[in-house]
Amino acid sequence: MIAATPRTPEGRHPFPHPHLLAIAGLQPWELTYLLDEAEAWVAPRGERPRRSSALAGMALVSAFFEASTRTALSFEMAAKRLGANVITMQPGSSSLTKGETLLDTALTLGAMRPDVIVIRHGASGAPKLISEKVGCPVLNAGDGAHEHPTQALLDALTIRRRKGRIEGLTVTICGDILHSRVARSNFACLTALGAHVRVVAPPTLMPADIDRLGVEPFATMEAGLEGADVIMMLRLQRERMEGAYVPSAREYFRFYGLTPARVEMAAPDALILHPGPMNRGVEIASSVADDIGRSAITQQVEMGVAVRMACLDVLTRRARGMEGWE
Amino acid sequence: MIAIIGAHIVDPASGRDSVGTVLIEGRAIAAIDPSSIPHDAGRIDAKGLILAPGLIDALAFRTDPAACLAGGITRLLLMPDQSPPLDDPALIERAERIGKPHVWVHPLAAATRGLMGQELAEIGLAKLAGAVGAATGRRAIASAAVMHRLLAYAAGFDMPVVVHPEEPTLTERAVATAGERATRLGLPAAPAFAEALGLARDLRLAEATNARLHVAQVTTGEGVALIREAKARGVRVTAAVTPNHLFQTETAIGDYRTFARLSPPLRTEQDRRAVIDGVVDGTIDMIASGHDPRSDDEKRLPFADAAPGAAGAATLLALALGLVRERRLSLIDLIARLTVVPARTFGLPGGCIAVGEDADLVLFDEGAPWRIDADTTPGLAGNTPFDGVPAQGRVIMTIKGGVITNP
Repeated sequence: MIAATPRTPEGRHPFPHPHLLAIAGLQPWELTYLLDEAEAWVAPRGERPRRSSALAGMALVSAFFEASTRTALSFEMAAKRLGANVITMQPGSSSLTKGETLLDTALTLGAMRPDVIVIRHGASGAPKLISEKVGCPVLNAGDGAHEHPTQALLDALTIRRRKGRIEGLTVTICGDILHSRVARSNFACLTALGAHVRVVAPPTLMPADIDRLGVEPFATMEAGLEGADVIMMLRLQRERMEGAYVPSAREYFRFYGLTPARVEMAAPDALILHPGPMNRGVEIASSVADDIGRSAITQQVEMGVAVRMACLDVLTRRARGMEGWE
Repeated sequence: MIAIIGAHIVDPASGRDSVGTVLIEGRAIAAIDPSSIPHDAGRIDAKGLILAPGLIDALAFRTDPAACLAGGITRLLLMPDQSPPLDDPALIERAERIGKPHVWVHPLAAATRGLMGQELAEIGLAKLAGAVGAATGRRAIASAAVMHRLLAYAAGFDMPVVVHPEEPTLTERAVATAGERATRLGLPAAPAFAEALGLARDLRLAEATNARLHVAQVTTGEGVALIREAKARGVRVTAAVTPNHLFQTETAIGDYRTFARLSPPLRTEQDRRAVIDGVVDGTIDMIASGHDPRSDDEKRLPFADAAPGAAGAATLLALALGLVRERRLSLIDLIARLTVVPARTFGLPGGCIAVGEDADLVLFDEGAPWRIDADTTPGLAGNTPFDGVPAQGRVIMTIKGGVITNP
């Protein structure tokens, strides 16, 4: 029998962290707490999206040093549904192009006294560096090949809603593990919540000592997918599939693409996830991506807003003077 | 005249390892254990302290007199990675003068023009101008053909060729050693064997050309083994290591601590132990500082964007003494690796305590405890991976050409 996912132990603060920089280092009950909080923001089918004025009057700075459409939009949607004002820093117009250092930018942002900062940056560890210099909560929206914590939380929420649990499931994550922050956050989140995580990647895209992260590596899709309850496909960037890490998109799809035949190797009710944006015909066949019975890809986007609402709510509670969060 | 009285004199060049007195007149050593001390001589009571030759730092990237004097260093080998690179005899002459009078700089000439790894630089003229060797700088030369010609050409001038050991095409964007830590942190990484790969090539080429090869830093067990084997079959190779790789591992990177961003990157505990074994059995000849002070602007950045390197001159002796405390090296053997060995390898004056020689000396308290503090480290910058680490062994005074500095 599978034990229940751990709940907050007696006397422990449900989420004592000032920032959300990484999943690694968070306790299972803290993850569960965030998921439960996110659950509360998910509207039942057919109802209008839930909203609140919890963050009314607060200012969120959205600093995406690396281009993003869906994550930036999702954070903005989440903030606005909570009543916060969103100020967007455009990467193209940012002072970084004028040679200002990241820390100077951080100090400038901090001096404007925002209530929360959401950061995406191409360098691993950049949000942590910024968090040390500003006086408000910092949410990591993806840093280099390090972490993308809200993505892992939305994946976990999607899985939990569709499967009823996470503990004991076999989740196979396939694709460019080497460069993927989504993969690293998911390793930390899913293993902490008791899932068995497998990874499949071409050897050139599999990082060293991956097994030390508590996941099981496989060289072929066929072996890695066998009996899997959840299949998570990762995006392969175009510049990496033209000879640098794999010879071509078509060769990649032939050996590592998710085809209907490969889906058949997983559990009969296997769920398919993809963090987007998808390269149809490279890592995933269109027919698989659009299989309503199995693909949870659009649901992931919906859960993304709920998860980000929960994170923004929880991280600003201290500033809002909520009882028990001072 | 100055008399340093009652110090424990450790001079590996002569084998001296006993209490005595050194008399300095002007810039030279006038007498050792004189029968009487002239009444007008200044007296320094050095009882309980150790007097050794001024340290000769076999690896420095910047001339930083304050840090050197704080660390007992009186001569250093300067890497050619300056701005501009030391690929011209005039630049060599200038580099030689910049540390005077506090610390004497022995420049290494850029082995290739602009350190670009393509065309041979004028290393013969550089030698005439004072260069004590030719170096590839922070990176290895990618082309085996260029490296082959460089070693053959340098052998003609009997110039040691100082190499960075890592295979450059493998380490191109890497900032860490491939393994669990780099994987967790999502840092671009290169396998540790990049060092062995580069070294195997250079050792074979040195053997083929009968050239003198000096490995600026050897940081892996596999690299140490290759040098050990090469020495056994008569290849003319020497090697150094810094305290960074002797006493730190990749765990020092922690949560993106950029002071631990080094080149070569920090390695595993297994490699660290193998490197210490290499020092103990003499495979690694010298211990150097690798002094590379970096400003906040270069270090307060995301890990992969931060400049590599650590300040090390001020802490070299104190950290290296750890090997004596751990009973891995005798004190006189350690001092040899810090003085006479680099002097002999690169044909430098100094590195010994002898009558008539320049009074380049360091007086230190072997047991004095202190704590390394990046913010108060003397010199251009305090970017050390040992920030906050307790150390033992403190320089009391550095004497350069008879001039005393108290750090």
